[in-house]
Amino acid sequence: MSSMSLSSLTYNTLLKMLSAGKRFDGRKLLEQRDFTVEYDVSYKAEGSARVKLGKTEVVVGVKLGVGEPYPDSMDSGNLSVSGDLLPLASPRFESGPPKYPSLELTRLVERAIRESGVIDLKKLVIKEGEKVWSVMIDIYPINDDGALIDAASIAAMAALMRAHIPELDENGRIDYDKKSTKKLPLMEGTIPLSITLYKLGDSLIVDPTREEEEACDGKIVWGISHYKGKEHMIHSCQKGMEAPLSSDELTSMMKNLPKLYDDTLKKLKKFLK
Amino acid sequence: MTFKRPDGRKLDEIRPITAKIGVVPNADGSAMFSFGKTVAIAAVYGPRMLHPQHMQDPKTAILRVNYDLLSFSVSDRKKPGPSRRSQEISKVTEWALSPVLDLKDFPNTVVDVQIYILQANASTRVAGINAASMALAQAGIPMKDLVCAVSVGKMDKDLVVDVNDEEEHFEDGEGATDIALTRMANSDKFTLLQLDGKIQPEIMPKALALADKAFAKVYEVQKKALKEVEAE
Repeated sequence: MSSMSLSSLTYNTLLKMLSAGKRFDGRKLLEQRDFTVEYDVSYKAEGSARVKLGKTEVVVGVKLGVGEPYPDSMDSGNLSVSGDLLPLASPRFESGPPKYPSLELTRLVERAIRESGVIDLKKLVIKEGEKVWSVMIDIYPINDDGALIDAASIAAMAALMRAHIPELDENGRIDYDKKSTKKLPLMEGTIPLSITLYKLGDSLIVDPTREEEEACDGKIVWGISHYKGKEHMIHSCQKGMEAPLSSDELTSMMKNLPKLYDDTLKKLKKFLK
Repeated sequence: MTFKRPDGRKLDEIRPITAKIGVVPNADGSAMFSFGKTVAIAAVYGPRMLHPQHMQDPKTAILRVNYDLLSFSVSDRKKPGPSRRSQEISKVTEWALSPVLDLKDFPNTVVDVQIYILQANASTRVAGINAASMALAQAGIPMKDLVCAVSVGKMDKDLVVDVNDEEEHFEDGEGATDIALTRMANSDKFTLLQLDGKIQPEIMPKALALADKAFAKVYEVQKKALKEVEAE
């Protein structure tokens, strides 16, 4: 079991309720909490968004910088996703060097975005082989009540879709004072999002609260899109925690995943303009 | 048109496998495992005292895995020391191996598994996990099964097993998807699943099925290598 703070009474009650298809807050097992998206957390960022998913709150900012291309992708701009589980957001988070959970959060958001190709990095070259745009996405949880990766992926996509490319002055430096309306080159109709399925006993749930997440002994994080608006496509996936999964469980996930994604996307679209 | 593999293999054919036990005499258990040109070694130390003390668990030994590439195992020299990638692989490898281990008889201790890649030609993490699984067995750690690992790839629309370097960089059509899978040798329990690329959800069950035959082959080689040591 993953938790020291969760009482065995709570654990056993959760186990029993979930196997009867019920949750403490009245949701169905595969029902996500409602969420809101707000923009412009910081006007200094090229794009930013705040997502509130139940009591979970995450802010994501996109900054653009001028950098050098990586040796293995001289004809492309750079993408990086970082962030930290701030001690501000939960009594469980500690300061100090980043541990696995923050690595998992940022790596999985990055892989879903990168592998989907939603950002056309080839269009972010300023001078071939020398100067490119670096897109830096930073994720900070403000309040953790479970499902951080899924909430962060929504905020990251919302911030990217709002982001603009700043203007350069005659010396090739960024002129932050000049207003820019140039948008990032994003692939039409592709919005990669993270959907995490958690396992407790034989039950699978989405979007756990912190309490539910503590009780779970297995999870699998999927990065999925409705690729180019045509078909569902998985871009990334990673199993976490100890509980193994059978091929039947994985196959049934494949049946549920497209609908789970569509539900989240529908909610997100209300906030996209 | 079906994808033509650069090295002429059939779609469901893995590269030649070699495995050897006892490659690190100092370790409590060790093994080498290779898929073609990808070579991994693993060493197990423990159960041994765990420091710092606050990490100790009075109910069980803990498993601690470290995976990394040697600096000269790849084309562009890898800067020595942990990277985000290697830290992630180390952690998921712990979860890939721990479900088969029974560490309850060794409270407050640690079982350290060190995995290094000598030569990388894709599928390095799965080669490393196969080596680690054998090394744990040789170390005499109580295990209910071996763990077998393979990679499955999707090249445009075709599924292949045991992805190599050239395939990993395939860019035509839907490009290359790389899936790392581990399963307990004798039961339908997947203990690791990682994926990067583009694959339709309905194709995933086919990818899992394709891995089955490869798991069986890996398991045979692991068993054979372990038996050879017993015979010596």
